[in-house]
Amino acid sequence: MKILVCITHVPDTTSRIQFTDNNTKFDKTGVQFVIGPYDDYALARAVELRDQTGGKLTVLNVGEAETDPTLRKALAIGADEAIRINAYPKDSYFVAQQIARVAQEGAYDLILMGRESSDYNGGMVHGMVGEMMGLPSISPVMRLDIEGNTAKLSREIEGGKEELEVSLPLVAGCQEPIAEWKIPNMRGIMSARSKPLTVKEADAYDVHASIVSYALPPAKGAVKLFDKDQMEELVKLLKNEANVL
Amino acid sequence: METKNNSINGGEYLIADTESSQVFIPEEFSEEQLMMAQACQDFVDTEIEPHKEAIDSMKQPDLVPEILRKAGELGLLGIAVPEEYGGLGMSFNTSMLIADIIGSAGSFSTTYGAHSGIGTLPILYYGTEEQKQKYLPKLVNAEWAACYCLTEPDAGSDANSGKTKATLSEDGSHYLITGQKMWISNGGFADLLIVFARIEDDKYLSAFIVEKSFGGITMNEEEKKMGIKGSSTRQVFFNDCKVPVENMLSERGNGFKIAVNILNIGRVKLGAGVLGGCRKVLADAIQYAGERKQFGVSINSFGAIKQKLAEMAIRTYACESLCYRAGQDIEDRIETLTNDGMDATLAKLKGVEEFAIECAIAKVHGSEVLDYVVDQGVQIYGGMGYSADAPMERAYRDARISRIYEGTNEINRILMVGMVLKRAMKGEINLMGPALAVGEELKAVPSFDSPDTSQPLATEKEVLRKLKKVFLMLGGRASQVLGTKLESEQEIMMNLADIMIEIYAAESAILRTEKLISKNGTEESAIQLAATQVYLFEAVDKIQSAGKETIHSFLSGDEQKVMLMGLKRFTKMDAVNTKELRRQIADALIAKGKYLFFQG
Repeated sequence: MKILVCITHVPDTTSRIQFTDNNTKFDKTGVQFVIGPYDDYALARAVELRDQTGGKLTVLNVGEAETDPTLRKALAIGADEAIRINAYPKDSYFVAQQIARVAQEGAYDLILMGRESSDYNGGMVHGMVGEMMGLPSISPVMRLDIEGNTAKLSREIEGGKEELEVSLPLVAGCQEPIAEWKIPNMRGIMSARSKPLTVKEADAYDVHASIVSYALPPAKGAVKLFDKDQMEELVKLLKNEANVL
Repeated sequence: METKNNSINGGEYLIADTESSQVFIPEEFSEEQLMMAQACQDFVDTEIEPHKEAIDSMKQPDLVPEILRKAGELGLLGIAVPEEYGGLGMSFNTSMLIADIIGSAGSFSTTYGAHSGIGTLPILYYGTEEQKQKYLPKLVNAEWAACYCLTEPDAGSDANSGKTKATLSEDGSHYLITGQKMWISNGGFADLLIVFARIEDDKYLSAFIVEKSFGGITMNEEEKKMGIKGSSTRQVFFNDCKVPVENMLSERGNGFKIAVNILNIGRVKLGAGVLGGCRKVLADAIQYAGERKQFGVSINSFGAIKQKLAEMAIRTYACESLCYRAGQDIEDRIETLTNDGMDATLAKLKGVEEFAIECAIAKVHGSEVLDYVVDQGVQIYGGMGYSADAPMERAYRDARISRIYEGTNEINRILMVGMVLKRAMKGEINLMGPALAVGEELKAVPSFDSPDTSQPLATEKEVLRKLKKVFLMLGGRASQVLGTKLESEQEIMMNLADIMIEIYAAESAILRTEKLISKNGTEESAIQLAATQVYLFEAVDKIQSAGKETIHSFLSGDEQKVMLMGLKRFTKMDAVNTKELRRQIADALIAKGKYLFFQG
């Protein structure tokens, strides 16, 4: 089986977010970048499936040279080869176009990624890739098993759970508990440097969105605590101050 | 002999200048090494941190061996073990880096060190090919756990005085080991024991590889300890434990040498092994100081708290600088010796032995930095610091053992001074020449030349040069006046050791910062520069105090006066606004939310 896992290169979730150039640029100074947490789940499940069924696991990232260490980490975790599309990931549509092209060329059975990236949290790329390739696209996938040419998936939906059977190939946006994050072992880290990392130039595609400016969310206010015998007071404040009732 | 990077010999830092290009700094770790460190950190965060309470309760006997097995699966137990024995064959400094990260794991870091350090390395360095083939793969994948049985109830710091006996059987096929060992880390679950025992009336101990299954081994209950409560610590009794002769390590009477050399490695690794703990405590303290509000503001806005946060980071920075500098010096020496045709294993031993002084410094400095950091961590947490519900209480207790094991800090201080003097007498380092030159300098009019301050850190390097003169002046004179009696003047040895440690730590920080400035510019390195300046200022103070005590201890009259004047001259330093520098550092720490010099 041929599996493609698309990973994002995102700031570590504990990073302090700051902007420069009059709030039009993200300040990367001192920020540590990691594999997107949801992508990491997809990768972990892909490693397990590859180990079960054999075949080849390819990781892909749309990004500039600075994302190579993130791809090498994916190789250390267990991917067999890596592809980097050499372009800044301008918007979801652009990224989806790049992925769809590579995925088409590679004829993969499974195209996995996180349900969304943890920087812009668009959650659109898997849907777009599916549409562009004419393949089923499912998200958020929380269980993924393969039986022959069929994928058995489950996901949470409004008020319940959905079990699906889908024929391959397909695109899936993954999240926990599809698998547990894998810590790369030392030998995997050492072998990562000898696995192929291919850089492909991006095709010129349309870019539909651009960043106008960034703003940080407003600081959280102080928390008020109430004892269980102060319920009336709580309700009053929820009505009159918080305006949520 | 030409050494890589032209690095100087062990202990020679006291006399010679070192260029920043000659030292390794942690910022130079490769992407691969950092990825290993991160994987190790992830392991600590997921497999150990959530289970610290359970580990320390010791209610699940399988928990720690299971974590050790997982560490083995990840490859963490054989970092520097060659690949033919199942290890990774990575460099010495890589194994230091992993010890650093595991260092935040409390009890488990002792389990780890006892297994992969003193439990495994004697076989790696002194084992025969058969012994290595037989035992190392089992230890590297944690099929077996190891422990190291040296200490006895009456033989602690004086390890060679152990009473455990090894008697050759009549048919000459095995030794019967009988005796009692104490404070044996991993004793409760070890399958393999490195045991030191005396054959007949040999002057020195011999070492043996003992399998638990050989029989004749019993144990006391787990010791009740102040800290590292989750680390198994037992008394181990050997009663006619039958050990085949082929399980002797190295040669008869070589055990004490093995113990000393393995401890050298253990010491420098313990230096690195405190760093993870320091960073963790600092990160927790920064977070708490940001959340805790008094008088309507976060306590991190108070100067008294900033002073502590900054000082914790400054000392950690110096310790980090000296540990990885020493680690790389060892590694380079190993490479040089191997390239010169020496057997790879012997080269490793000789490389470490060359820098035994620096190993002892790393142990003492590291354990005392950790103690400082946890103490201030408790203080920043205030009342919560004293509560077992917050992380500081455990960190404080766990830290305390570091000043005791792997040779007490007192023994290590005495050793390091003794080693310098011994090396000087053997002509391995030229101590007396420069010491005499300093003596002459004292009689002359002081030089009023000022250094070229256009170069970054030029002033600090000049101060450092003078600090080295303090050691030469006092060390040289003490050994002249007291001769062999110096050994019994332990208070003077302690003072001289303090001077040695502070010089090495300050120099390592200065060289690291200088290298960073040359790579990234002054602006990018402003916080490191501030840390270096504060560290040096404090080192000067400590050296002045230790120097005074030394002079008062063995000199009198005019010579005392001349020496005191010399001390004053050599510890002169321009004013440094430590308050402002520490505030800068603290503000940077608070903005970052954690230690900011090295991610680890």
